[in-house]
Amino acid sequence: MSKFKRNILGLAVAASFTVGVAQAQVSDNLIKMGVLTDMSSLYTDLSGAGSVLAAKMAVEDSGIEKRGYKVEVVSADHQNKPDIGSGIARQWYDVDKVDVILDTPNSGVALAVNQITKDKNKVFLASGPASSDLTGKACSPNTVHWTYDTWMLANGTGGAIVKSGGDSWFFLTADYAFGHALERDTEAVVLKNGGKVLGKVRAPLNTQDFSSFLLQAQASKAKIIGLANAGGDTTNSIKQAAEFGIVKGGQNLAGLLVFLTDVNALGLPTAQGLIVTNTFYWDKDDQTRAFAKRFAPLNKGIHPTMIHAGVYASVLHYLKSVEALKSDDGVKVVAKMKEMPTDDPLFGKGTIRVDGRKVHPAYLMEVKKPAESKGPWDYYKVRATIPADQAFRPLKDGDCPLVK
Amino acid sequence: MEIFGIPTQALFGQLLIGLINGAFYAMLSLGLAVIFGLLNIINFTHGAQYMLGAFCAWFLLEKLGVGYWWSLLLVPFIIGATGVVIERTMLSRLYKLDHLYGLLLTFGLALVVQGLFTNFYGSSGQPYRLPQEFTGSFNLGFMFLPKYRAWVIVASLVVCLGTWFVIERTKLGSYLRAATENPALVQAFGINVPLMITLTYGFGVGLAALAGVMAAPIYQVSPQMGANLIIVVFAVVVIGGMGSILGAILTGFGLGVVEGLTKVFYPEASNTVIFVVMVLVLLFKPQGLFGRER
Repeated sequence: MSKFKRNILGLAVAASFTVGVAQAQVSDNLIKMGVLTDMSSLYTDLSGAGSVLAAKMAVEDSGIEKRGYKVEVVSADHQNKPDIGSGIARQWYDVDKVDVILDTPNSGVALAVNQITKDKNKVFLASGPASSDLTGKACSPNTVHWTYDTWMLANGTGGAIVKSGGDSWFFLTADYAFGHALERDTEAVVLKNGGKVLGKVRAPLNTQDFSSFLLQAQASKAKIIGLANAGGDTTNSIKQAAEFGIVKGGQNLAGLLVFLTDVNALGLPTAQGLIVTNTFYWDKDDQTRAFAKRFAPLNKGIHPTMIHAGVYASVLHYLKSVEALKSDDGVKVVAKMKEMPTDDPLFGKGTIRVDGRKVHPAYLMEVKKPAESKGPWDYYKVRATIPADQAFRPLKDGDCPLVK
Repeated sequence: MEIFGIPTQALFGQLLIGLINGAFYAMLSLGLAVIFGLLNIINFTHGAQYMLGAFCAWFLLEKLGVGYWWSLLLVPFIIGATGVVIERTMLSRLYKLDHLYGLLLTFGLALVVQGLFTNFYGSSGQPYRLPQEFTGSFNLGFMFLPKYRAWVIVASLVVCLGTWFVIERTKLGSYLRAATENPALVQAFGINVPLMITLTYGFGVGLAALAGVMAAPIYQVSPQMGANLIIVVFAVVVIGGMGSILGAILTGFGLGVVEGLTKVFYPEASNTVIFVVMVLVLLFKPQGLFGRER
């Protein structure tokens, strides 16, 4: 046997030995993570392959594998269909020994996975979905809702617009769990601040042509047209609103959920001036810039969205908790995650509340004018920072059964 | 004045929007009807070829600086040529087999093309600048009609009626129709039937590409843009009657209007209404509204 081969063999034996010791309490001696995401449709760029990359980067940066744990990241396309997403989740938990499901943009799919995860006592790190019901009436001891939610968006973007005089609204809503939640939460903010809602229309998910809906919005004479949709739906509605001269006619658009990739797709000439609320922007500080610099070249140049950042940060914290607990039991790990304060390079220091809500500051930002932008992906300027304790729905208002 | 609680003025606007969307349905279903009528191939690649048309226009503009008008002319030929290659190398082997083989082949091709483009260009799409001469809109009193959308209706009507005229009223069209009925006999008259069939497929694909170029300034140029449309367009063809040229055109516009009205009265159903119509038509007139019984 050559010396080289002998060394390799020795290493392998040593490695298997340490693995055996360190993972005594981890099921199947493997922490298996499933990124359940949109790989083929309107949310692909804002999550998709980038979310898988973010999860892998987090595993690498945590250094947990050097300490003898085995970690594997798998992924699947839920096609934005709750039945397909549930099927994959069950297969992962029952057959493939997956311990934790990540990402899951699309609230409809996420609410289904939330329930399955609870039934199987696994872990759901919901960094992709928006519905605030995940920490409200559907809250679960097995779920952490990381990045953002509809309440935060409603109070961030919606609140800022109502306070600056946009007091009559028309909603253009994506017709599924997410759109309904975002519309409901924003309507509450509008009414609370003395505004009124003149009408609403529910458009099917992944609609191509919004002109009919925009015409209805125009006819309502509302000052603000609230876009309670996301991804490709948002870009198409903003683009077509420009075509129909809605903004020139004196009405304004409120993109209630606009991702960095949407701004990129629209281009600054169309997107300029939009007010958006995000909890992460890659150009915020040195640490976020360093992350983006590593991330973008591996993701077709697409810079990290807040969802990508959420996957990265939630995986880091999850792995820390598993290591601290020396177990990957669903309820116990999530309890540990809530007990330990969070600290990561992308969201800074934060906490996870008893209802599963991760709290951190949110940023009210404005899309730059083409002249202000220094180059590709330089899109936002921060108008205000909403402190962590005000960014999310107060614990008592959520009707979460875990809050006593 | 109001109809069912909707002011008539608003209703006019919605009818017009329906016609514009119908123009796209008409152009796409026309291509499908031509291909099915003459080749007996259910061309599931049609949506992908529409997408390729839009992407090709985008490439020409962004990489080569070729503007909208030239694209309108060039893209149907470029994408049509790829269609000719597909017909010669793959489809021509399937004519003697069941419809299902052609359907599976073209469906598979569509998935491959869309998958490749999603992989390289992502899902959120590329913006295509509106040509300068089309910025602004006409004030029709009851609505602002963007100039570009007005152009879409006009152009699509011209293309549709032109195609109908060529196939139903000219000598070339009569050869084509004869070749579908009895290719051996037509060939005996000295007409090159295989070449005619190849060019017909190229033409159908070119129509899809042309619709793609026209759609580029309105929608994001994205890999999935055709996948969303193709199912609806198939329903249009089935309702109109498989292979009926006039049926495809009329039902295209008609269903655009039906869908537009649904968006006003019951928006939640707007992406299912066409299939409801399809079910009803198939129940009462299985050969489609304008189809002949075979």
